[in-house]
Amino acid sequence: MSIARFWRETPRRYNLGGSRCPNCRAVYFPPRAVCPTCTQHRRTLGRMEPFQLSGEGEVVTYSIVHDASEGFEMQVPYVLAIVRTREGPQLTGQVVDIDPAAVAIGLKVRATFRKLREEGKAGVIHYGYKFTPAEPLPQRPPDRGSPEPSPVPAVRPPGAVRA
Amino acid sequence: MREVAILGVGMTRFGELWDRSFREIGIEAGFQALVDAKLSSMDLNAFYFGNMASGSLIDQEHIAPLIVDYAGLAGHHLPATRVEAGGASGAVALHQGYLAVASGLYDFVVVGGAEKLTDVPDTEANRVTSGTADHEWEIVFGATLPALWAMVARRHMHDFGTRREELASVAVHAHEMGAKNPNAHYRNRLTIDQVLGASAVAEPLGMLDCAPLSDGAAAVVLGPLDRARKFTDTPIRIAASQVATDTMALQHRRDLTTLDSTVVAAKRAFAAAHLAPKDVRVAEVHDAYTISGLVALEDLGFAAKGAAGKAFADGAYGLGGSTTVNTSGGLKAQGRPFGAVGVAQAVEIVRQLQGEAGERQVAGATVGLTHDVGGTGATSVVHLFERVN
Repeated sequence: MSIARFWRETPRRYNLGGSRCPNCRAVYFPPRAVCPTCTQHRRTLGRMEPFQLSGEGEVVTYSIVHDASEGFEMQVPYVLAIVRTREGPQLTGQVVDIDPAAVAIGLKVRATFRKLREEGKAGVIHYGYKFTPAEPLPQRPPDRGSPEPSPVPAVRPPGAVRA
Repeated sequence: MREVAILGVGMTRFGELWDRSFREIGIEAGFQALVDAKLSSMDLNAFYFGNMASGSLIDQEHIAPLIVDYAGLAGHHLPATRVEAGGASGAVALHQGYLAVASGLYDFVVVGGAEKLTDVPDTEANRVTSGTADHEWEIVFGATLPALWAMVARRHMHDFGTRREELASVAVHAHEMGAKNPNAHYRNRLTIDQVLGASAVAEPLGMLDCAPLSDGAAAVVLGPLDRARKFTDTPIRIAASQVATDTMALQHRRDLTTLDSTVVAAKRAFAAAHLAPKDVRVAEVHDAYTISGLVALEDLGFAAKGAAGKAFADGAYGLGGSTTVNTSGGLKAQGRPFGAVGVAQAVEIVRQLQGEAGERQVAGATVGLTHDVGGTGATSVVHLFERVN
C-alpha cells in the first residue's frame, strides 16, 4: 500500500475523528460526506460536521482469528471484534491485552493507539486503533510476548508515521 | 419487458484445474451452453461475463473480449461486458443478460462466469478475495472474510442459541450433495465430528465451515421465451431477477445477523414473480461459510429468524424436505470460483427443473431459486426460475 493511501486516513485511524449530521445529529465513523439516514439526505452534502469519538464502547461480536491476513501472521491467535461505541457508531478492530478466552459479548473496551502491522522490512508501518478492556479484569494474564507499548489515550495529536 | 428463458447451460468441473487456463475453461463452459441450446454462435447478439479479480489473479484485465476472441467470434464484433460484484459477479452478470433480453435490445446472449483462484498461492487468493469486504475499515484492522462471517456466527449463536453442531450440519449436507455431483470440487462425505474437529480458521468457524478456493467456469444461454421452443423442449423461464445492495462493512449493518440486501432482493423477486418461499422446491444459496448458509435461509424466507440452525440439523433442507437446498453441493462442496458461482447456481437449478439432475434430483421441482452474495452482503442477488409447461 502506498504511503499516501494510509497517511490520508491518519486523522481517523489515529484519533477516531468521525462526523455528525447537522440536521439529524446522527454520528458516523468513518466520517461521511453525506448523511445516510437523514430525511434531508441530499442537503447534508458538504455540511457534515467533524465529531470526535470517545473510544469507549462494548464488544457486540467477536472472533478469535487463527488464519490471519497478510501482515497479521505473527499476531495469531488474535481477537477481532465489532465494538459499539458510546456515541453509536460500530468499529471493527482487535481486542488486545486480554486472554482471548476472556473476551465476551458485552465486554467494555476502550480504544488505544497501536501498531497494526508492518509491510515487510522496508514497507509502511500501519498504526491505528485497537481495543483494550476498559476495566482491569480479574486474573488478567501477564502480557507475555506482546511487542506493543502500554496503552495510551485514544485522543492524541496527529503524528507522522514512524518507520 | 419481454419474458426471458434459459435455452442452454454448461459448466466445467470445479476444483484445482492446474492444467487448464482461464480462457480454456471460459470457452469450454460457453460452448457447452451453446451446444445444449442448439444455438449457432452466429446467432449471438451479446456476451456478459462475471469475474471478480482476473487482474489480481492472472494479471489479465479486459477479459470479456478475450473470451469472445478465443471462442472464435472476434470477427463478429459482439458487445462483450465484464461484470464485477465480488462473489456475486456471476449472478449480477446474469441480471445484466436478463435485462438485455427483457428490454428487447438483444435476442440471444451468453452469460458466463469464471475465476482462477488456484493460479496464485492461497495467501494471495485470500488477500484478493478479502477485497470484497471493506478494505480500509475492516481488512486493515485485521479482518478476514472468514473472521467477518465468524462474527455473524458468534452473534447468531448468542441471540438465538444456534449451536456449533447445527452450523456443521450445513457443511455435512453440502458434501453429501457434492458426493453426487461429478462437477464438484469435493466429492467426499463429512461427519459432524470431522467439521467440529477441523483446525480453527476464525472461531467459531473452522476449516470445514469454509468453502474452498476453486477454479471453474459456467455459462447459460438466454433468449426470448416466445422463441424458446425452437431451441429446447424444456425452456426455463427467469421468473425474477433482483439485485440489492447494503453497507460495504459488516460493522455498519442494521442487524449483524441479517443481510438486508438478501431480504430486500428476495422480497422484490417473490413480488415480481407472484411466488412465495413455499413455492420453491429447490434452491441454491450462498453457503460460502456454514453460517452464511443458515442466515440465507432466514433472510430468503425459508426459515423464521433464528430458526434455521435447528431446522437444518433436523434435515428440513435435505432431499425430501419441502425446499431442498444446494443440491449441487453449494459453494462448500461444488466449489467457490467466485465469478462463476452465480452462473453455476443457475446451471444447477435449470438441470433440476428439467429433471436432469441425476442422483441429486428433487422430484417434481417446477420452481427454483438462486441466491448469491458479494462480500458479507454488500450485494445480494436473487433469481427465481420456473419450468414452462
